[in-house]
Amino acid sequence: MITAGMDLGSKFIKIVIMNDGDVIARAKMLSGFEQEVTASEALSEALSKAGLQSGDIERLTATGVGRSIAPFAHDRLTEVGAAARGAIARLPETRTVIDVGAEEGRAILITPDGHVKDFAINEKCAAGSGTFTEAMARALELDIVEFGRLSLQSDKAVPMNAQCAVFAESEVVSLLHARTPKQDISRAVHDAIASRIVSMARRVSVEREVMIIGGMAYNVGFIASMKRALEMELIVPDDPDYVPAEGAAWAAHDKLVGMEKTELKER
Amino acid sequence: MIANYGYMDGSGEYYITIDTGKCTECGHHNCVEACPKGMFAIETDDYDDEVAVIREEFRKQIKYMCAECKPVSDRPPLPCVEACTSGAVTHSW
Amino acid sequence: MTVEYWRWKEYNWHDENIDPKAGSVLSAGCDVGSVSSQAVVMVDGGLYAYSNMRTGSDSPHSALDAMNWALEGTGLKIEDLHYVVGTGYGRVNVPFAHRAITEIACHARGANFMYGPSVRTILDMGGQDCKAIRCDHRGKVTNFLMNDKCAAGTGRGMEVFADLLSVSIEDVGDLSFDVEEEPEPVSSTCVVFAKSEAAGLLRQGWPKNLVLAAYCNAMAHRVVTLLERLGVEKEFAITGGIAKNIGVVRRLEKELGLTGLKSDYDTQIAGALGAALFAGALYEKQQAKK
Repeated sequence: MITAGMDLGSKFIKIVIMNDGDVIARAKMLSGFEQEVTASEALSEALSKAGLQSGDIERLTATGVGRSIAPFAHDRLTEVGAAARGAIARLPETRTVIDVGAEEGRAILITPDGHVKDFAINEKCAAGSGTFTEAMARALELDIVEFGRLSLQSDKAVPMNAQCAVFAESEVVSLLHARTPKQDISRAVHDAIASRIVSMARRVSVEREVMIIGGMAYNVGFIASMKRALEMELIVPDDPDYVPAEGAAWAAHDKLVGMEKTELKER
Repeated sequence: MIANYGYMDGSGEYYITIDTGKCTECGHHNCVEACPKGMFAIETDDYDDEVAVIREEFRKQIKYMCAECKPVSDRPPLPCVEACTSGAVTHSW
Repeated sequence: MTVEYWRWKEYNWHDENIDPKAGSVLSAGCDVGSVSSQAVVMVDGGLYAYSNMRTGSDSPHSALDAMNWALEGTGLKIEDLHYVVGTGYGRVNVPFAHRAITEIACHARGANFMYGPSVRTILDMGGQDCKAIRCDHRGKVTNFLMNDKCAAGTGRGMEVFADLLSVSIEDVGDLSFDVEEEPEPVSSTCVVFAKSEAAGLLRQGWPKNLVLAAYCNAMAHRVVTLLERLGVEKEFAITGGIAKNIGVVRRLEKELGLTGLKSDYDTQIAGALGAALFAGALYEKQQAKK
């Protein structure tokens, strides 16, 4: 059966198309100002990659901050539910999911039988999200990937005083003026955001295996800071930002399976 | 004096409120020991009273510093609030 | 050359009608903030001179510059001052100060002088912080909160917007009222997110003035929320840099249903003035002991 998951994030829209639980196509596009239009475009792209028509999708589940405006969606699922379902599908042993995207961070504790036990969210403040790191990279005139990598070269922790992204930008610039090496500034930034994410995660308690997903999971500097702060190994999956969209596609799949079972019973 | 230490940001309001009038009568200063992060200190304020304060370096991050004492479920009483026998300490969140 | 739209003018002033040499107590206050620094000199408890400057990269120099500029043309030197109190973010780094006192206590005392003893609630919106203070008839603080963690509701937040819209910070207020209808406030509190929201509005074809109005509205609403934690008691006064931004002030007065007290003094010097008042009192206390 063909199902799809659509994750309308604040920065990117991700689409996953599945056939009986196997990912057959994916697409990612910048959300832009007209999310609904972008979502349709991204879906068309994924469909053409899969060699399918829109009518071939038996069920589509939408998630993400923009899920309410998702076109063609049969169901909508919270970001927490989608992240948990996707993480379990990737690795059934996952107990804690840390999801850090462009504008939000969340930590989810999952029971051994795969249900969401607790979750905590950092939202509506750039200090706890990927936007923070991006703003700092911009202030240093560095590419975000390069900025993350630089952090690995640092062996010195420089404290950062500012919490707010706006104030931190000025602080980063003055650190640069004071001739602080860029790699140390990069580490300071990644340590700062990691410490905020870890504080949030500790509110749900952190149990192994710990999987880190979302766009920030691509950032090697952030992952290193997270490992230091948590003092444990982390599972960083491939294509970490697609996990919630996969979770949504799985939710659509689960729903179809459930409906078939009901139908069988009724017969 | 009612001293509110903390902040309000896009995600919410996070204040630890200390009623320093109650503080001046307290000789125990249990709050200093009770906080696992060591956020409390006893200082002489601008009007020469000895009062509890939240140390300056913690004021901009109390949401995160207090996080461990505030688990999402099964939240126990807050150690700082419990330790203060005069009831001078309250949290806004 | 890049134009820095957010830069405001620095200034100094002294009263030509006062002969400082004839005074018996020369007290001064120096408020070193993260964005601007002010120095105030008083002669026998009356305002004599002040300055307002941008804070440089280090506090001790900024304090020195501000005080020297306040004293410019007065014939006085820093050594002539009897007692100096340092306040503000950089208060412990005022090299010529005899004591450091928090900006909260200084603001309350300064406001008490500027607006008279009836003032009970003071809102100070500075460059990088926002303070709400309640005080008694003597200007002693009874309740306060400060927000210096988040840029929303501070001058810096407004600067980000002025910069985004290429509008001079001094013009924000007037421009924000040049709209046909009052817009809903920008929904994000966080300045970074509000900025992307504003970029979206501009893209939708909103004129600059309307976006400014939406942000002034958001800022006013945020500050009112902050004040509500404290409870607003009459009389009410607004100090600090944003007090000059009518775009925010009028909207927040409307939401509160209260009008801020007017003062003949420059409200940006409230902290330094309070520090100078503390200095005068501390000097007299010291003299009495001798």
